[in-house]
Amino acid sequence: MAHAHKLEIFRGLVKFKSNTQKIWGVLIFLTIVTAVEVVLGIYKPESLMAKFIGMKILNWIFIILTLVKAYYITWDFMHMRDEVKALRRMVVWTAIFLILYLIFILLQEGGYIESIYTTGYIKTDF
Amino acid sequence: MSNTVVATEIEGKAWGGGNEPLKASYGKMMMWFFIVSDALTFSGFLAAYGFSRFKFIDYWPIADEVFTHVPFLHGQELPMIYVAFMTFVLIMSSVTMVLAVDAGHHLNKGKVTIYMFLTIIGGLIFVGSQAWEWATFIKGDFGAVQTKGGNILQFVDTDGHRVALRDFVVAEHKDRTAHERKNGLWFVQEGTLPTYTVEEVVDGLEAHDNILVRTQLLDENGQKTILSRSESLKQLKNNGTHVVEGANLKENEYGSPLFADFFFFITGFHGFHVFSGVIINIIIFFNVILGTYEKRKNYEMVEKVGLYWHFVDLVWVFVFTFFYLV
Repeated sequence: MAHAHKLEIFRGLVKFKSNTQKIWGVLIFLTIVTAVEVVLGIYKPESLMAKFIGMKILNWIFIILTLVKAYYITWDFMHMRDEVKALRRMVVWTAIFLILYLIFILLQEGGYIESIYTTGYIKTDF
Repeated sequence: MSNTVVATEIEGKAWGGGNEPLKASYGKMMMWFFIVSDALTFSGFLAAYGFSRFKFIDYWPIADEVFTHVPFLHGQELPMIYVAFMTFVLIMSSVTMVLAVDAGHHLNKGKVTIYMFLTIIGGLIFVGSQAWEWATFIKGDFGAVQTKGGNILQFVDTDGHRVALRDFVVAEHKDRTAHERKNGLWFVQEGTLPTYTVEEVVDGLEAHDNILVRTQLLDENGQKTILSRSESLKQLKNNGTHVVEGANLKENEYGSPLFADFFFFITGFHGFHVFSGVIINIIIFFNVILGTYEKRKNYEMVEKVGLYWHFVDLVWVFVFTFFYLV
């Protein structure tokens, strides 16, 4: 099977000579991202504790870094980069659309129930 | 796909499977669609976790205080270090897997064997670590008292450091022993009794001036509320029902019971995926050794289990974020 691998990441910023080399490159990148997450998680810088659209900036950073990791695992380890566009879109957009919908419904409702607990007549802390 | 065994007769036929509009074999495509559905299952769990967390946003346990243990380093508070290690192990085993797939493309049986073996080892280390993590979580560390309303009262010293029950409570002799089937009702079961009673905890608290009660409620800085000395005694005497040590599905010393429930359920379901992934990897590993794919001149099977294995890694990346970081 003469598989043609696309050997560049970061939109062509980093190019690799072979597929093996690309794998190690992606590993280094994922390790750096994880290390950043762990360091931020341990030290929790005070400046990132401010709220931004209902959540701490730090939590937004964690979620964005997670999505970055997920992208490189799917694209380079699972070879999504080398699949045809139709397969890529079938898998990725279906999942993303349904997951966003699920998250929206559940988090919205969770927030609503919390507001009933805090401002309504139901006493929880006794 | 021209050199696969099956594709010789149907090649080029529009009907009957000869066409591959997505340039991927049937098996690989189905693995992708299975992964999509499994991803939705996991998102359902994680979103349900998010739901419960938003519901109790001011009462949720702080993960940094729960997962602080590292094997062989007793009594040290090292939040996240061990989970970071586990994450790295899983990413590393993903790398060896993708290297095995790559070696498969070059029909290099020796390299595929080595990399598959390393992948299996990585998976086993991960499952073992998770078992250890569970054991530590179930055993607990500090102990707490549960109130009538199902809330948890923890104990801290005046500097805000956690204090374990064993450090200030003295267990007295008790007449009540744990009920066992052999000397009681055979159809009734009882778990282990807590080491201390609430009365003993009250005595201990009264004897130590420097110990205070900490409630589940988070203040505006994201820290748990610490009660004053008189409030501590009042809260414990009026509302304490029993001592909780460690965690199970009904109660846990860390806070909301839902926290432990979701922890067991989501990491358990993920651990089950890792376990089944290891089993499938072992099967493929033996097939590689036996030369099944060598004869087929095609290592696509390695690629398919590889997809599953990477997916397990992918899920862990999210579990890591939502359980330990956020």
